[in-house]
Amino acid sequence: MTASGAGPTLVLVLAVAVLVGCGVILLLERSLTRILLGVILLGNGVNLLILLGGRSGGAPIVGTGAVDQMSDPLPQAMVLTAIVITFGFTAFLLAVAYRSWYLTGDDEVPDDLEDRQIIRRAVRNEESAVDHGGEGPNGDPEQVDPEPARRRLRRGEEA
Amino acid sequence: MSALVPLPVVVPLLGAALTLLLAGRPRLQRAISVLCLGGTLTVALLLLVQAYRHGPVVVAVGGWPAPVGIVLVADQLAALMVVVSSAVTLCVLLYSIGQGRSESSESTPVEIFHPTYLVLTAGVTNAFLAGDLFNLFVGFEILLAASFVLITLGGTAARIRTGSTYVVVSILSSMMFLMAVGLVYAATGTLNLAQLAQRLDDLPDGVRLALELMLLLAFAIKAAVFPLSAWLPDSYPTAPAPVTAVFAGLLTKVGVYAIIRTETLLFPGGHADTLLMVVAGLTMVIGILGAVAQSDLKRLFSFTLVSHIGYMIFGVALSTVAGLSGAIFYVVHHITIQTTLFLVAGLVEERAGSTDLRRIGGLARVAPLLGVLFFVPAMNLAGVPPFSGFLGKLGLLQAGVAAGGPLPGVLVAAGTVTSLLTLYVASRVWNIAFWRAPRSATSEPAVPLPKLMVGATVALVALGLALTLLAGPLFDVTTDAAADLRLRTPYVQAVLPGGVP
Repeated sequence: MTASGAGPTLVLVLAVAVLVGCGVILLLERSLTRILLGVILLGNGVNLLILLGGRSGGAPIVGTGAVDQMSDPLPQAMVLTAIVITFGFTAFLLAVAYRSWYLTGDDEVPDDLEDRQIIRRAVRNEESAVDHGGEGPNGDPEQVDPEPARRRLRRGEEA
Repeated sequence: MSALVPLPVVVPLLGAALTLLLAGRPRLQRAISVLCLGGTLTVALLLLVQAYRHGPVVVAVGGWPAPVGIVLVADQLAALMVVVSSAVTLCVLLYSIGQGRSESSESTPVEIFHPTYLVLTAGVTNAFLAGDLFNLFVGFEILLAASFVLITLGGTAARIRTGSTYVVVSILSSMMFLMAVGLVYAATGTLNLAQLAQRLDDLPDGVRLALELMLLLAFAIKAAVFPLSAWLPDSYPTAPAPVTAVFAGLLTKVGVYAIIRTETLLFPGGHADTLLMVVAGLTMVIGILGAVAQSDLKRLFSFTLVSHIGYMIFGVALSTVAGLSGAIFYVVHHITIQTTLFLVAGLVEERAGSTDLRRIGGLARVAPLLGVLFFVPAMNLAGVPPFSGFLGKLGLLQAGVAAGGPLPGVLVAAGTVTSLLTLYVASRVWNIAFWRAPRSATSEPAVPLPKLMVGATVALVALGLALTLLAGPLFDVTTDAAADLRLRTPYVQAVLPGGVP
């Protein structure tokens, strides 16, 4: 924070931007460990953002200086709560990632139920729609990308 | 009287601590949980009566006056929500106790379940009663943390798989909410809802709209409004039946409540109304089309849940007293009915061993009571007269017609189509699961259903019917609540009696 109490420094604003940006990119990954790292970065970025919302200045303790030179204590109190909550969520997500690795051998977030049903049907060349308009299920080889299908099926996903 | 306001939050939290200490003694644990939720329900009823007769009940926590300290506010909307949510959580708790005693059900670790369930209740009531944006955030976090534990209960592969989606999506929406809270504070210098109501009005339009959209985005993820609803049907069905029931009934409605609060108290004037109407229509139609395609009972109900969220958003988006009143009535109706349907799905699973429509059939012949228990709430959900679902939809559609204009007209048509498609879905389930010839899996003599489970479900069905019978007085309360919400002054004056600083 700046000493003059004029406003947030550009460095902090940039730090928020970088943290949130990296966090969002990591959140888009498929592995839970990377998502976890993304959540940590995003959480820290948001916490820093809250801190920027208040006036900067000296320590907000009565008797240490003039009242109008003090920083705003409310965002700091809120950030403490938010840090604790983010910490708890991080710990839980870590536990979920570990449990997922323990049970299935990886920590990837799998496709959802409908996607997997469609992929299975495509692998077995079953008709997934009633009307193909004269075109069989083999008509278009690019209809379904077979590569992720094999990858997910080899792991012995349950029905 | 104002001393009662914190009780719906404090009592379940203390109960959670107590049940955690008594982890080895399940009988005592159950007794404490039931007592806590029973007490919460009583307090909530008193608060509702007080709020209806004398206006909002406010307590400044810790004795600090309003703009500085944190306030808990029980106005009519909040008190009504607390009443319905505690009634529903109490019934579901009894159901889960009944399920825990039966031999055939999957074993749930009861000693973890009860404290977590009570914490969840505390989070829900805290969110309803919060008179401060940050306290609302804390309420959301309490209920989310508890719901994470409940949805991954037992840590099986299926629950971890679906739970991870739920956890990540929920954390993301919390981050959005937190970001919005930070920005609101930076723009206005306060988080007290009553004070915000004044200060947000003075902001430039662009800033105001940006803050509104950020809050709406965070709440819409929680409420499962259409483009942000894909997580819900994937994550809810694998959890134990009572957990799914209480999630379906309450958690999305907390999001809807938050949307109602922001749209009326913080950002009146309806700048986002067109957007809300479009997503409401899409939520209704796409949700119910998803339900038509499902073959599993729990997934099917998850899609009807998403679909009917659209009705409430439609009511909010109309931003008239009639629309808001209809939306609040619909929230009350839908909490009860959707929970009942998931409990019935749990009973079907208990009786027939599956909720897959391809494997069950003829339940009406094998278990007639189960048939009745499904039929009444399903018809209620579909909006068949004279049930409360019909009255709620009628109220909303009338409000839509009264509002006039092309977009509300389209929404009224979409609402009607959705209602008819819900009826189609309900009759399809009825025909397949209950009416056709019994399957081999269903017809074999199974263990009788635990009496407490059936009793709790009957109680909820009866509550749904009571909403129909008491629809007149209930509509009085919701109309009054909606009028207060539109005026804003009763809320603001109750929180800040000395005027806005």
